Amino acid sequence: MARFALVAALLMLAPMASAQVADVYNFETTQQEQRFQDLIEELRCPKCQNQNIADSNSPISKDMRAEVYRRMRTGESNDEIVDALVDRFGEFILYRPQVEKRTILLWATPAIAVLGGLLVVIGVIVRSRRQTDETPELTAEEKARVAKILAEDDQDNRA
Amino acid sequence: MKRFFLFLPLLIAVVLGVVLFAGIGKDPTKLESALIGKPVPAFSLKDLNTPDTLLDESLFKGKVQLLNVWGTWCPACRDEHDDLMWLAQDKGVSIIGLNYKDNREDALVWLERLGDPYSTSIYDPRGTLGFDLGVYGAPETFVIDEQGVVRYRHVGVVNEKVWQETLLPVINDIRENG
Repeated sequence: MARFALVAALLMLAPMASAQVADVYNFETTQQEQRFQDLIEELRCPKCQNQNIADSNSPISKDMRAEVYRRMRTGESNDEIVDALVDRFGEFILYRPQVEKRTILLWATPAIAVLGGLLVVIGVIVRSRRQTDETPELTAEEKARVAKILAEDDQDNRA
Repeated sequence: MKRFFLFLPLLIAVVLGVVLFAGIGKDPTKLESALIGKPVPAFSLKDLNTPDTLLDESLFKGKVQLLNVWGTWCPACRDEHDDLMWLAQDKGVSIIGLNYKDNREDALVWLERLGDPYSTSIYDPRGTLGFDLGVYGAPETFVIDEQGVVRYRHVGVVNEKVWQETLLPVINDIRENG
């Protein structure tokens, strides 16, 4: 029951996420509308820097949404639209920076971190294995000594 | 080899420290213009003072100039206005105004009352040239060289300090090195 209530609450919240854009654009198909929505959610507002242009109400975001819409109407592809905006506002507006020489380190960092972590884990495992393997067996003489010490210990406890 | 691993955390801390320290004091709201090294975008807009005159990008050819984006709705533009007057009158700097998303009457009253530092004023009520310039707020000030190429963009108020430390060095560099 609690789970059902949670799901219901989340479903009620979901439309709020995209309901912030005040201006209304008309689309012929829902695919186009979805494409527009995807585009403006992936572009970052240069003025209010932690919002995408779908969520931001700043004048510049409004202009950028209008430009995305205008270019969609003239039949431009997503790449063309994004490039046109990057030409004006810079790569800053991309939430997903292009993969190129300059940004490769940025993209590779998570993989490098995971790889580094794996290496450390493997190192730890190998080392602990080696230590248990290398623990030398007791010689016959040592075993006799152990038995003697334990026997004495036993006697002390009994006494 | 084991010794090296002992120093690894220290090494990581130092590298992180250097990287993070480099970011301190940088204002993340000030973005470098995407237009640096590119010509001022083509436009055709009316002159603020004489509505019959059409202006275009050839306005920026011939000498090093500043392009100041402003509007009467922008409080920070009021702050920098006196400094723009000082630059235009005392320093002889040629400043072109871009009246951005404003209306003509308000803008003319403003210039009448506070003085007009602009050699020419472009009237851009819908912000089209501003958009092509990547303007995301006012005031913004661009340094444009004599070929009409954008060389620098300053976001925020221009004052004596900004002029001395930022804009003047850029202009001197253009004059010396082209």
